[in-house]
Amino acid sequence: MRVMAQLAMVMNLDKCIGCHTCSVTCKQAWTNRGGVEYAWFNNVETRPGQGYPRQYQDQEKWKGGWELNKRGKLTLRTGSRLKRLLNIFANPDLPSVADYYEPWTYDYQNLLSAPPSDTTPTAKPKSSITGEDMKVTWGANWDDDLGGGPEQIGRDPLLGKLSEQVKLEFEQTFMFYLPRICEHCLNPSCAASCPSGAIYKRAEDGIVLVDQDKCRGWRQCVTGCPYKKIYFNHKTGKAEKCTFCYPRVEVGIPTVCSETCVGRLRYIGVLLYDADKVGEAASVRDDKDLYPAQLGVFLNPHDPRVVAEAERAGISPEWIEAAQNSPVYRLIVDYQLALPLHPEYRTMPMVWYVPPLSPVVDVLSETGHDGEEVGNLFGAIDALRIPVEYLAELFTAGDVGPVRASLQRLAAMRAHMRKVNLGEDVDDSIAASVRLAPGEIESMYRLLAIAKYEDRY
Amino acid sequence: MSNSDSEIGDSLLRLARHFQRGETSADGRTLHQIGGRGADVFYRDRWAYDKVVRSTHGVNCTGSCSWKVYVKDGVITWEAQQTDYPSIGPDKPEYEPRGCPRGASFSWYTYSPARVRYPYVRGVLLEYYREAKERLKDPVLAWADIVEDPEKSRRYKAARGMGGFVRAEWWEAAEMVAAAHVHTIKRYGPDRVAGFSPIPAMSMVSHAAGARFVSLVGGSMLSFYDWYADLPVASPQVFGDQTDVPESADWFDAGYLIMWGSNVPVTRTPDAHYMTEARYRGQKVVVVSPDYADNTKFADEWLPARPGTDAALAMSMGHVILREFFVEKTTPYFTDYVKRYTDLPFLVTLTETDDGFVPGKFLTAADLGDLGEGAESKTVLLDAHGTPVVPPGSLGHRFTDSGQGSWNLDLGEVDPLLSVGGDDPVTVALPRFDTAEPGVLRRGVPTRIVAGRRVTTVFDLLLAQYGVRRGDLPGEWPTGYDDASQPYTPAWQEAITGVPAAKAEKIGREFADNAERSQGRSMILMGAGTNHWFHSDQIYRSFLALTMLTGCQGVNGGGWAHYVGQEKCRPITGWATLAFGLDWQRPPRQMQGTIFWYLATDQWRYDPFTSDVMSSPLASGRFAGRTAADNIALASRLGWMPSYPTFNRNPLDLADEAERLGKSAADHVVDGLKSGHLRFACEDPDAPENFPRVLTVWRANLLGSSAKGNEYFLKHLLGTDTNLRARDADGVRPQEVTWREEAPVGKLDLLLSLDFRMTSTTLFSDIVLPAATWYEKHDLSSTDMHPYVHAFSPAISPPWETKTDFEAFHRIARGFSWLAEKHLGKRKDIVAVALTHDTVDATAQPGGRVLDWKTGECEPIPGKTMPRLVVVERDYPAVGEKMAALGPLVEKVGLTTKGVTVHPDEEVEYLKGANGTIATGVAAGRPSLAKDTHAAEAILALSGTTNGRLATEGFRALERRTGTKLADLAAESEGKRITFPDTQARPVPVITSPEWSGSETGGRRYSPFTINTERLKPWHTLTGRQHFFLDHDWMFELGEQLPVFRPPLDMTALFDEPAVGALNGGALEGGVTVRYLTPHSKWSIHSAYQDNLHMLTLSRGGQAIWMSDRDAAKIGVKDNDWIEAVNRNGIVVARAIVSHRMPEGTVFMYHAQDKAVGVPRTESTGKRGGIHNALTRLMIKPSHLIGGYAQQSFALNYHGPTGNQRDEVTTIRRRSQEVQY
Repeated sequence: MRVMAQLAMVMNLDKCIGCHTCSVTCKQAWTNRGGVEYAWFNNVETRPGQGYPRQYQDQEKWKGGWELNKRGKLTLRTGSRLKRLLNIFANPDLPSVADYYEPWTYDYQNLLSAPPSDTTPTAKPKSSITGEDMKVTWGANWDDDLGGGPEQIGRDPLLGKLSEQVKLEFEQTFMFYLPRICEHCLNPSCAASCPSGAIYKRAEDGIVLVDQDKCRGWRQCVTGCPYKKIYFNHKTGKAEKCTFCYPRVEVGIPTVCSETCVGRLRYIGVLLYDADKVGEAASVRDDKDLYPAQLGVFLNPHDPRVVAEAERAGISPEWIEAAQNSPVYRLIVDYQLALPLHPEYRTMPMVWYVPPLSPVVDVLSETGHDGEEVGNLFGAIDALRIPVEYLAELFTAGDVGPVRASLQRLAAMRAHMRKVNLGEDVDDSIAASVRLAPGEIESMYRLLAIAKYEDRY
Repeated sequence: MSNSDSEIGDSLLRLARHFQRGETSADGRTLHQIGGRGADVFYRDRWAYDKVVRSTHGVNCTGSCSWKVYVKDGVITWEAQQTDYPSIGPDKPEYEPRGCPRGASFSWYTYSPARVRYPYVRGVLLEYYREAKERLKDPVLAWADIVEDPEKSRRYKAARGMGGFVRAEWWEAAEMVAAAHVHTIKRYGPDRVAGFSPIPAMSMVSHAAGARFVSLVGGSMLSFYDWYADLPVASPQVFGDQTDVPESADWFDAGYLIMWGSNVPVTRTPDAHYMTEARYRGQKVVVVSPDYADNTKFADEWLPARPGTDAALAMSMGHVILREFFVEKTTPYFTDYVKRYTDLPFLVTLTETDDGFVPGKFLTAADLGDLGEGAESKTVLLDAHGTPVVPPGSLGHRFTDSGQGSWNLDLGEVDPLLSVGGDDPVTVALPRFDTAEPGVLRRGVPTRIVAGRRVTTVFDLLLAQYGVRRGDLPGEWPTGYDDASQPYTPAWQEAITGVPAAKAEKIGREFADNAERSQGRSMILMGAGTNHWFHSDQIYRSFLALTMLTGCQGVNGGGWAHYVGQEKCRPITGWATLAFGLDWQRPPRQMQGTIFWYLATDQWRYDPFTSDVMSSPLASGRFAGRTAADNIALASRLGWMPSYPTFNRNPLDLADEAERLGKSAADHVVDGLKSGHLRFACEDPDAPENFPRVLTVWRANLLGSSAKGNEYFLKHLLGTDTNLRARDADGVRPQEVTWREEAPVGKLDLLLSLDFRMTSTTLFSDIVLPAATWYEKHDLSSTDMHPYVHAFSPAISPPWETKTDFEAFHRIARGFSWLAEKHLGKRKDIVAVALTHDTVDATAQPGGRVLDWKTGECEPIPGKTMPRLVVVERDYPAVGEKMAALGPLVEKVGLTTKGVTVHPDEEVEYLKGANGTIATGVAAGRPSLAKDTHAAEAILALSGTTNGRLATEGFRALERRTGTKLADLAAESEGKRITFPDTQARPVPVITSPEWSGSETGGRRYSPFTINTERLKPWHTLTGRQHFFLDHDWMFELGEQLPVFRPPLDMTALFDEPAVGALNGGALEGGVTVRYLTPHSKWSIHSAYQDNLHMLTLSRGGQAIWMSDRDAAKIGVKDNDWIEAVNRNGIVVARAIVSHRMPEGTVFMYHAQDKAVGVPRTESTGKRGGIHNALTRLMIKPSHLIGGYAQQSFALNYHGPTGNQRDEVTTIRRRSQEVQY
């Protein structure tokens, strides 16, 4: 056992209102400067949708992350290091500016300086790259709230993977939001892609960073990252990425995106994991086993043996205590509410998500049943507006089991707490049905609903 | 073990290890690095800052979020939310971290190229001014020389909005502004000066600074809440209250939550988490929205009711509740509630007409033979024995000497009858509007004869209205829920709303069931989606009926939660004192905004119908042949609504004349009106002497945001170019308002704006003054969404030549005073004041019987049958000095809010110490208001919510009137005084005060009307209870005595627009006609932030219209295509956002995208395309003009016509994809 500590994040998508405050505060703090106008270390996507950059989840096209080769060994999807070295000057798998979007500004000055004219002045759009007039045709968040309709939304790579075709029609509309930052993976393919060895994972907290002095701008990391969370600064010629706000977290302040999240859906905490097990876990044969395999890498911080090993590995008592109090550990391991994003990329991502419950249950309410009664809802989770299969494509490589289990726990918590709320007799069978004690379900409620600042971070 | 596949690659990597400090994982995948991270410096430097300053955003938003503003090297770098709101308890989510993406992008403005850095004047005007001043040597004469010269005047007005700004010096721009005011007051009268600045809560000091100037010179401040159509007129109608709503944390207390036309994640972004978190407490969430809106994601049920049909759905839910919880069984909690707190048990007379019996007036004590004071305003119910009782608490007890101590809801031993019962039922005729032609329902009610009159109860009428049958009452009744032919069954609503009947039935039942189980914790969040319609008052009454029937109002976690534009200036008394100059002179001029704009922009000329198109089929014909302008004229002369400009004469000259003639001003005016020598200005709005002349806009973007009928504004008010397509020749000629063949263009002489960014308002202004931003000044912020008051503080000094609003108006006032020495001096001014709510005026016209003195139905008696007439002395040269000091009326006369008066003598002494005193002049010895911090301190010291001593004093005063215990509510805070530095340090929770209807005492969450329900304090209505029934003559005329479903206006019938769904209709080949809705946007707060590059980047980067994929397919439109939207009001050029989340037949053009950014010229006219309001216009609903009667009396932003815009349609087509700017 080789204990390492990792800062991890959980986002509760069931609470995300899609407001993009996280994106803007992050942008303002980190990337509102030349060369990275188009870069959003944190972005929020409407799902279904193409995302940013366009269709980044289509690894057939972009070749991000890892795959198992014929011998069952982990290999970068971009191919061998040699192949990548040969392509170093003409990387064919690199998203172009059109896949992100061409950043633009406006001729604002015209509003004050326009001479007398035959009509009212306006500020027309100009490319931030060329300075020329332009028509805005794509953006960082183009399909927000299903903008673009069936034609654009239909190009969501995940939709194609579902066994049943999803109808993109008014009556069947569904959507939810997916905020994304760098995953600060346990097995980062960006780092493995870098010919200069400029990308490193900090030993003390697992934050993945680009060494700005070492980066030579090869952009192999951009291709290698399946989440497309490394950006090329076209002015400095260096790669840049989310830093997990290390200047803040080092002094005990949460990341900008977390602290400014008005949905109060982000949790940050320390996880202890067994570094020796990462490679093995990332190499399990079946994609569907990646989620449990990654769970298996995490160590129980309350286990005295783990604590002893952690101490031996030089992890400070404060960090061990933080791991024991970690809300992230509770959400990922104790309650198994949170799931990893695209485990099939085999990078062992460390930003996890509670799936959205989306309880509009038309099937039930049309028959006059109360869809929110826990018994009914369990049966109906597969009939919810957001298809469980879609969520499974995001979080569990297509395995609907863990998604269903997570949603059932959320549903059970609501049913249990409704009784408490109305001062009626609590039905202990509700908690039991999701293998929790009533006290546990109420602790889970406090973490998710009351969610005080000090309990989130 | 190595999982890597390439031997060469591996060896390269192994080699690299030797050159790196750090540790590569055994399998070569990952490099862990420790120490020696020189490369970290870049981001560490980026994060470094010198200081963090607390401030907030003075934007028209109810967020009122406290922010950290980061400053480095004297430059604002970015902002992030504060998280230090005082806790609201261990078992509730906290208010941190309030904020939204819009606020998070604010600092972009500080140094943006759109920033107004210097004063600007349009070149042609400045040239004229300089030339005239050089010639005449006097700023006032110079201004007169320009505006009184028709050709010069036409030329500079025609240049408005057409570029050509030049930089001016501050002193020169301020001098022009001052001269314009002096000339206008001298020549036309102070009531020709107007100020527009909304939402004081968003920056009270900045608002008060300008309003104080306008008020002290005798100008009128225009209302905004009703003008914005955010005022739910149902609130005064039902509650006798402007609007009072729960703070967002109280959503967490609800067991059942319906979000009805309120898209909380978008429009209440910082608060939305209480909704998502309350679901975890087992709250059931229902969304009613025509589109798959953002909040639908959280809904247990989605009811996609067709736009504007919400009342049909709500009425059917009411039908279910009345039947199942009142008739088939009794629900003790509900019954007890409605008897105590609503008008349901009160008696209504039935009048026999040609149509049979119709509901008439409330039975009053006067009907029972009481000749005493207030008898006509005391309503009557029956006790359990059927004996008529005049219970305490009605309006007749509120202002009378004999009512002292009995204005309360204590019924004592009386148990009111909800139904009169008995065996003498009659059939009443009730209007219905769901059919092509309005029809009549005939349904039976039990009646009795009381004091010789046939009466029934409001409850009996309500059951008839809702179609809930008891026993064998006569009339036509629904046969069951599935009877689609009869209002208001679930099946009936399905045909109208598209919501399945079973679902309407189920949600109605659940709402009531939850309320019964939780004792009133069912809540409806309602917003612009249901409140911006012409008949929104009826939509809201149908919602409020649900909450009142189920005992949810005045209960934490229950009741209505109206969230659009509602704001809440918590320290209201202090703010109002400063803003309206009440410390120096009273009354101020306060004008109803919608009426002002409707007349000033000549939209009244374009109505091709008269008001009787809205009449009930049972109406007596009062509106026959009368236009909205005629109704406004009536409302003005009867004292219902304010009317500024008031007369066709300068009120200063009128006062002089009266003095010369030795008459009282009132007599002189009444004589003039009677003889016809004097007329109301609104009777001839196009006469040059009746134009408004000077308008100042600050903290607002009137023309880019709220100006419904934007193109009419541009044409008639400003005199510049427009895309207006309607012709006034098609307008119906009014009966009594003068029609001039040639409509004036360019009524306004000066449009002044103060702003920090370029908007449609600044683009069209004559003078633009550069304003400090929200990170550059001291001010105060509050909201109803949270219980705190907190500060703005400057992170940097105002850069370039920008100035705070406070400083700018003081500068203008000093310049004004200096010019006034020579041109104005001391004058007397006759102010006509509308009959005012929360004063004895509310009893002026009992029974809501309309008597017009002009037609001889009564005598013109000021304060009774017409406006009060008050003489106010204007010491014009002293305006600057008065601005900068707190005047003596504060302690001498006291300060009154909502009928409660306090005498802040101790506070004046305190302010003398805190702010210092003025040494000389008219304000010698008075507390200073010379600095913005002084003003903030005064606002806090003079309000009960921020000064416990005043809260307690106010409650004691109220106790004397109610005879119930109240003062203990503030006792815990009696010694607490919130100072400005307190608010700078951290948001501070406010104190329970009689200024509002709910209680925060003991740290509870604010919910409105809890003082009413728990302390038996009456609502400010006729009965003192919440009203289902309204008996004013005009309510009968409209058929709206009770909640009723009225469909959206038929724009085809009214304006000959193509029908919704028509292809190739109207002027556009290849177009489709659709409903045109303008909901609030995710990327802006009104027009603020929509021009911010971050918001433009995250959205589509310019004006866009959302349409369904089905409609888009009909006209060959693809996502992001350029389209044009046209109707008679104007033309919009935008890009299409095609989405299947939109319902067919409806488009959204999100509100206030403004045309300053990226709007091309139209294909059809070659002129700049319009904004969202280019396609809308004003229409006046007669019932909103009612005044002088109980809760239907005027107060600023409390009661008046709404500037609604939702009923509109437009035709959309794909245009050439080549656009010109």
